[in-house]
Amino acid sequence: MTINGALPEGVTAKDVVLALIARVGTGGGAGYVVEYRGDTIENMSMEGRMTICNMSIEWGARAGLVAPDQTTFDYLKGRPHAPEGDDWDAAVAYWRTLYSDPDATFDREVVMDATQLTPFVTWGTNPGQGVGLGESVPSPEDYDDPSDKAAAERALEYMALEAGTPMREIRVDTVFLGSCTNGRIEDLRLAASVIKGHKIAEGLRMLVVPGSARVRLQAMDEGLDKVFIDAGAEWREAGCSMCLGMNPDTLAPGERSASTSNRNFEGRQGKGGRTHLVSPAVAAATAVRGTLSSPSDL
Amino acid sequence: MDAFSTHTGIVTPLRRSNVDTDQIIPAVYLKRVTRSGFEDGLFSAWRNDPEFILNQAPYDKGTVLVAGPDFGTGSSREHAVWALQNYGFKVVIGSRFGDIFRSNSGKAGLLIALVPQNVVEALWVYAESNPGAEVTVDLAERQITAGENAYTFEIDDYTRYRLLNGLDDIGLTLTHDAEIAAYEGRRASFKPRTIPARTAG
Repeated sequence: MTINGALPEGVTAKDVVLALIARVGTGGGAGYVVEYRGDTIENMSMEGRMTICNMSIEWGARAGLVAPDQTTFDYLKGRPHAPEGDDWDAAVAYWRTLYSDPDATFDREVVMDATQLTPFVTWGTNPGQGVGLGESVPSPEDYDDPSDKAAAERALEYMALEAGTPMREIRVDTVFLGSCTNGRIEDLRLAASVIKGHKIAEGLRMLVVPGSARVRLQAMDEGLDKVFIDAGAEWREAGCSMCLGMNPDTLAPGERSASTSNRNFEGRQGKGGRTHLVSPAVAAATAVRGTLSSPSDL
Repeated sequence: MDAFSTHTGIVTPLRRSNVDTDQIIPAVYLKRVTRSGFEDGLFSAWRNDPEFILNQAPYDKGTVLVAGPDFGTGSSREHAVWALQNYGFKVVIGSRFGDIFRSNSGKAGLLIALVPQNVVEALWVYAESNPGAEVTVDLAERQITAGENAYTFEIDDYTRYRLLNGLDDIGLTLTHDAEIAAYEGRRASFKPRTIPARTAG
């Protein structure tokens, strides 16, 4: 998958991968391992790259990878278990050999233009059922393939959405910021920068769940926990939490969430719960306004 | 793992696409440490709906599930395979499957038969117009027989070999038992070695 161009303001790695899956479908990568490349990826942080690779399975791929480069080495240097001294130099020299040749051929190629992307959100019950935040809920009539049409009908019924409703008018009960897709320090920093100085909407709950204990401690060192708590959000222990509704962090039947996790399947976050997948920036703005929003709406 | 040669059973049509593994079995059911009893959680969200196909006789006795495209996408949980098997399914027929679900199925002995979508449609119609009708799935011949009609299905040679011989990952390793024992016999006694499995009791 090749993507070139600068990402517009407010568009993140999560928006890239949601837009990609909407285009190729949940089975589009079946049977493949994906390499993500192009200058958009080269200019992306490690954590953004991880978000994209993490969602490779959501379009059916077996694995996703990005060739190691200076960004990778800078990220790894000094981390626990990273090589040190001469071992480090030897490792970097080897890692520099791990890239696809310029004349490499791929079994299948997908090309995207980053400059055309907007914040992206899902409206349905699989990660491929997404649209730009500025668009409206699609109609089953928009689909030619009969199984896509039937899936859209079912999804609209489950999600209790009317075709043609602007995505920005969809009101949520819960915002979940966390998961292995978007629970890293950069995600928490971005969301905190959006929510700082605001309060979350009346009657809404926001769960902030760092992806690991290390990230949680780092965020607390940076004072991010206070930003979320001051806004009225819950600052939680690290874990999976509402990503998959395995512990008591679930949606009640009919409740709706904006979630930075990877899966919006029926019942994923609790039986009868309705999930919209979003980026951390959209999650934070949505928490403030109560309806699906981007930071530019604040 | 039991060897699979041919299977004849009632065909259950599941007219839905994108049935991901969270719908096959939600995460709240994944807390058991055994591989049995997961039939309780199979398609849990739909099991209280009287219209749902598994709540209708004779389809509730089905052993061959005919699913819509992109069955088994999402989470890699093996429990999705076990839940289908625990319920009684031996075969899932469809036109597109989640890659990991398909691979998990082969390893656990659930046959995934890949056919074009028009065959899925034909089998749905066959099952609905002949409630309780049985189909025969012949793995050696890669063939599904439904009444007068026979359809060829796809499965890779390796998975087919393993299913025909009933070899899961451990079974496959044990086919090399003699070589493993011979190797260990040559290995210096002070080096680590495998120890016999401890049996219960």
